[in-house]
Amino acid sequence: MPRRKNDVAVTIDDVGMDIDAEYDSGSDVDSKRRAKGRNKPKPAARGRKAKPADSAEESEEEEEEAPRKRKGRKKKEESEEESEEEQRGRRKKAAGSKKKAVAKDDSEEESEAVKGNKRRGGKKGATKKEKEEENNKEKKGNGKAAGKGGKDKQDDKKNKGKNSSSSSSDDNSEDESMSEGEMARLKEEVEEKKKLIATLRNKPWRMKRRLKCLKEAQGFVERFEGALGKGKGRRLYAFKVMMTKKLIKFNRDFENFKTACIPWESRIKEVESHFGSSVASYFIFLRWMYGLNLVLFGFMFGLVVIPEVLMGMPYGSIARKTVPREEQESAMDFSVLFEFGGYCKYSIMFYGYYNNQRSIGLLQFRLPLSYLLVGVGIFGYSLMVVIRTMAKNANEGGDGAEEGAFTFCWKLFTSWDYLIGNPETADNKFASTTTSFKESIVDEQENLKDENIHLRRFLRILANLLILCCLGGSGYLIYYVVKRSQEFAKKDRNELSWLQKNEVEIVMSLLGLVCPPLFEVIAELEDYHPRIALKWQLGRIFALFLGNLYTFLFALFDEVNTKLENEKEIRNETIWALKEYYANYTLYHNVTENIPPPNISPADVIRGPCWETEVGIEFVKLTVSDIQVTYLTILIGDFLRAVIVRFLNYCWCWDLEAGFPSYGEFDISGNVLGLIFNQGMIWMGAFYAPGLVGINVLRLLSSMYYQCWAVMACNVPHERVFKASRSNNFYMGLLLLVLFLSLMPVIYSIMTLPPSFDCGPFSGKDKMFDVITETIEKDLPPFMTDIFGYASNPGLIISAVLLMVLAIYYLNAVSKAYQNANMDLKRKMQMQRDEEKNRRNNKDSTNQVMKDLEDLMPNKSLIPPPSAEETEKPADLLSKSPKVTSKPGAAATGKGVHVQKDVSLAAANPRAPVTRPPGPRPPGPLPGNARGPPPGPQGKGRGRGGPPPRR
Amino acid sequence: MGGTSTKLPKDLLSEYQELTFLTKQEILLAHKIFSELQDRENGPYSTRVSMEKILTLPELKSNPFQKRICHVFSTSDMKDGSLSFEDFLDLLSAFSDSATLEIKSHYAFRIFDFDDDGTLDARDLEKLVNSLTGETDDTRLTAEEMRQLISNILEESDIDKDGTVNLSEFQHVISRSPDFVSSFKIVL
Repeated sequence: MPRRKNDVAVTIDDVGMDIDAEYDSGSDVDSKRRAKGRNKPKPAARGRKAKPADSAEESEEEEEEAPRKRKGRKKKEESEEESEEEQRGRRKKAAGSKKKAVAKDDSEEESEAVKGNKRRGGKKGATKKEKEEENNKEKKGNGKAAGKGGKDKQDDKKNKGKNSSSSSSDDNSEDESMSEGEMARLKEEVEEKKKLIATLRNKPWRMKRRLKCLKEAQGFVERFEGALGKGKGRRLYAFKVMMTKKLIKFNRDFENFKTACIPWESRIKEVESHFGSSVASYFIFLRWMYGLNLVLFGFMFGLVVIPEVLMGMPYGSIARKTVPREEQESAMDFSVLFEFGGYCKYSIMFYGYYNNQRSIGLLQFRLPLSYLLVGVGIFGYSLMVVIRTMAKNANEGGDGAEEGAFTFCWKLFTSWDYLIGNPETADNKFASTTTSFKESIVDEQENLKDENIHLRRFLRILANLLILCCLGGSGYLIYYVVKRSQEFAKKDRNELSWLQKNEVEIVMSLLGLVCPPLFEVIAELEDYHPRIALKWQLGRIFALFLGNLYTFLFALFDEVNTKLENEKEIRNETIWALKEYYANYTLYHNVTENIPPPNISPADVIRGPCWETEVGIEFVKLTVSDIQVTYLTILIGDFLRAVIVRFLNYCWCWDLEAGFPSYGEFDISGNVLGLIFNQGMIWMGAFYAPGLVGINVLRLLSSMYYQCWAVMACNVPHERVFKASRSNNFYMGLLLLVLFLSLMPVIYSIMTLPPSFDCGPFSGKDKMFDVITETIEKDLPPFMTDIFGYASNPGLIISAVLLMVLAIYYLNAVSKAYQNANMDLKRKMQMQRDEEKNRRNNKDSTNQVMKDLEDLMPNKSLIPPPSAEETEKPADLLSKSPKVTSKPGAAATGKGVHVQKDVSLAAANPRAPVTRPPGPRPPGPLPGNARGPPPGPQGKGRGRGGPPPRR
Repeated sequence: MGGTSTKLPKDLLSEYQELTFLTKQEILLAHKIFSELQDRENGPYSTRVSMEKILTLPELKSNPFQKRICHVFSTSDMKDGSLSFEDFLDLLSAFSDSATLEIKSHYAFRIFDFDDDGTLDARDLEKLVNSLTGETDDTRLTAEEMRQLISNILEESDIDKDGTVNLSEFQHVISRSPDFVSSFKIVL
């Protein structure tokens, strides 16, 4: 059956070049189907009018073949129409699936023809067509399986015979209802079409072809979906189908809605087109941060602030909600309010305002519990979001396995930032690309040569020493200033100058302003590559900020401790006063019971220092001063500079724009770090000052507009335009670190420090987390209390920790194993590639390993000559690779796809021009056979040699 | 386009959504922009927009591969790089945020393949370098540097050592790149 063979060749071709994902899934399905087809006798064989149908079948076969051929020709012409490059470029990926689609077309056409000829009912046509497709499938499966060697081949032949007979018997049959198996197959078919619809956008075809394909697939699904539901399951099936359709539509609408909701898209795009993706990445980060803070704000305000405002006691009702008498005259002064004293201090913004009533309002809202849970929940939520984002980022982008393996290629192929839409930026980009090319060439040439390494080492050590000195100095300065401010705090406010009052904030902001440029200057000594230098710089600034923050925190904790001492005295005093009052009361009125509480105005009550509020105020002040400094820097450093440069340039001795001051550049790393540290302060401070989250939301919102404007108005694109690349995850990592570091002091204070006795939601408790134990004891049923009691048992906790450690160890081991498997696969790929190469270059095995092996062999004739081997190896290759990839658990699935890709890498390069005239495909070897084995000599059956000699 | 047909039919819109990586808003925006370009087209009305008009878009204006992009996505018989609306959507889809690496690298390869012969040979690479370094003399590489660069590139990527980079080799390189997907983007 030469024609059959021809078909098979084509289908092999198809399958061989199918794209990875489909290939994997397809092979499974096909093999299953093949098994089904082989084992199960065709259920619909009744064979009433066998003879005439047989003859009809014969003619029909002829007719079927004709359109197929025609189609093939058409296909040829089509691809000829497209430029040569396209044809080649697509071969690997698209051609397979394209042809597959065409093959489907064929079958469709065939079924149409059948319908026309035999004038059967639509259903009949459907089943018939189904059969046809199935046959195609089976052939395909066979073709694929042929890779497995001769054994399968024989099966193939049998199978083929069976197929043709079965298809003819199918035609004979006339039963109206579909059997179970057919139903299942049809269902599968429909599913496949659906899958095709879903993945159609992944195919690099022209829109027209995709449109056509989509329409066909949709038509098919529509037509046969109805036929599927028969009998009792029909309603349900129809309902299901309808629901899935609705769901898809809803999902799509929801996606659209979601993208419509993303704010500042056009604004960021504008920045992106002017400054490239790196600057835009900052704004995207800012937007992300804004979203995160909006959620935190929702938690804080929805669960803590609003309930307290609505249901808690009003202002002035109790001491903690009233400004003390001695502060009342100045409580409304701007200078006081500006430092968050006066009314601000006793407002909803700070910890101290909240009452310790167990439940408030109609709803019996447990405010203290909610306060604690929100305070901790903020950390939990942030942690989750950051880690999720990091994981998502890590998945994206290449695996970047071999750093430096493709330096030049990446420079060439991926260096252009397609988002650049500004000629000036484009010019900069040209220049920077050129320099980077030149640099890397020079690097390559002088890779090993490095003159005066000792001097460089010395300079680097010196630079690091200098920077360490800077860091230590700044840390000491902050500690000193905070200490001094504590001294000042003991004095009367009015004696202090503004400078003395705000010393801490000013010093911290100034350090943040001065140190980074200083580091940059020092880093000049080191003479690192710019990218490495950037990393160092970031690390140093990070260390600076972190050191400052932590020094500040330690100083603050010192202060808190003194406050706690102070508080004890005051507490004793109040208790003493209360006792005195009671004693006096009994003395006067001679009653011992039902003594009314002392009638003192809440403004006059003796009160403790309320260290939580103080800490909150410190954080708010720090945040606000940070905002001020940032905004002022932008205003002066960027805007004013730009104005001066722009307008003074008319009357100046040298060119200001090109010369010394020039316009500012947008400092991405500095800005991102600033944002991260700001967030750290928010996280730390939010527990003590719930209003801080609100301030931060406002800050980010205004910052978005302000910085967008500033960038567009007064900055110039970077001299070296570099891309965002993966630094995103670097920033996220920093954020995670900061989150962790800011989590520690808060958790520490919650777990160990005693809360103030007269302010805040936890007043009167020994520890803040007592709220939880209280809730467990009082609100939950007793058995729950027991459970919690057991759960908090140290033995249980220790064993849980142990379990976790074990799990971590196990997972670590597993990941190591996967890594090894990956390495193994890579090595295999390398070897296969080598062999392919050898085969193409010359028949002799040039692989060093193989050569050595050959030399070692006593009898060289053991090894078959390469020409014989050649026909075998690809079979091995083919049968191996799908196995590897179709095993989803074996290696990371992502890797599996890569394996496929890389196997195809080794394939022949289809560079020979198309020499054959368009027409039916010859059975011989086909050019552009990407993954499929190169078919062997034409005479040998199905393009493959006999049984494998060595196995 | 006239006033009546400026709206996309609903079913077509949903089909476009199915077939591209674009959202509804993006398709509508693309349609608007395309219609504007069409209106500005002088001469007789046609469904295609000439390359010159397409290149006036700010997104493509300063791209060194602008002409290549038009040629690659054009389905015109005249090989003049003019785009129909569907071609335009194809372009935007390939350059959209959510397009896969697969698609992006495929089109990138075709854009870089200046002589349309299916492989990147030394001449293609040279042209590519020249478009990346700009046309001015001071940014251009010298012949020696160029030779060195191209040999380095081939050394890295040309796995089968046939002196050219074919699609699979190209995709192999690109798939390892950390920032190709993020930079191969055009947003309207």
